[in-house]
Amino acid sequence: MELKTLVIAGRELRSRLFLGTGKFSGGAAMAAALEASGAEVVTVALRRVDLADPQDDILAHIDAAKYLILPNTSGARDADEAVRIARLAREATGWHWLKLEVTPDPAYLLPDPVETLRAAALLVKEGFVVLPYINADPVLAKRLQDAGCAAVMPLGSPIGSGRGIRTADQIRIIVEQAAVPVVVDAGLGLPSHVCEAFELGADAVLVNTAVAVAGDPAAMAGAFRLAVDAALLARRAGPMPEGERAQASSPLTGFLR
Amino acid sequence: MNLTVNGSPRDYAGPPTVAGLLDFLGLEGGTVVVELNGALVGRASQSETPLRDGDAVEIVRLVGGG
Repeated sequence: MELKTLVIAGRELRSRLFLGTGKFSGGAAMAAALEASGAEVVTVALRRVDLADPQDDILAHIDAAKYLILPNTSGARDADEAVRIARLAREATGWHWLKLEVTPDPAYLLPDPVETLRAAALLVKEGFVVLPYINADPVLAKRLQDAGCAAVMPLGSPIGSGRGIRTADQIRIIVEQAAVPVVVDAGLGLPSHVCEAFELGADAVLVNTAVAVAGDPAAMAGAFRLAVDAALLARRAGPMPEGERAQASSPLTGFLR
Repeated sequence: MNLTVNGSPRDYAGPPTVAGLLDFLGLEGGTVVVELNGALVGRASQSETPLRDGDAVEIVRLVGGG
């Protein structure tokens, strides 16, 4: 399978590993993990300032010249909230890329397809580069692509669950039909999950919790980076076909005759 | 004047602009973003945007997220 540079909305990206910045123990641990991951696209969120304890701005720990900031609309329960967060995020970052997520259900944080599609149409019209987080629904992925989204981000399993890819068959169909890049997002807990995403044909992956809560986040970020490299190298090398039966790799003659 | 800032009522006697409030709260205008009564206040207009009694102000910023 040929593998060109990843391009989203006309922008060439140097890494197919996107890294989230949530749940790190502190800014230094996050910065070390970002460096070790080799990632270019880095997600952030937007929240109310705690006036009793205002904290640092996360951008103080992210070199804006080195990374592409992708703010998300996490916390949005419907399309109107997502649009409101998107406008604030654009003002906060001075940048118009957006990971659109509309997750009304706090238990599984599964995205609302109807509101996501409605928000995507509004935001594309407002000039945003929209990367929607979706359940692995091929029909919805196509609808979002038709609405002008720059990529689609189907989930492997619920956010932060580390359960890996439980949606493999649907992701395969999304990849087959997609004219925009497919970024597998959510649930990727181990480097092997990342390899599986690329084996299914994904163009990129987004990882956060698996790195942030690791005993050594920078080392884990390095492990994910190597997993992406291994998967891409294998894709270029041309994987063997899968078969139903054994195919001897030693000569088929008996040992002595 | 009485303001509701990030959901909490607050008495405020400083300069009656968004920038004045941020200053009073010890927040740098360059790192936070403000909504006044549900409408975005661009950073460039924080110092010219007046506050009135009863206004609701939301002050948000970027944090870690996935």
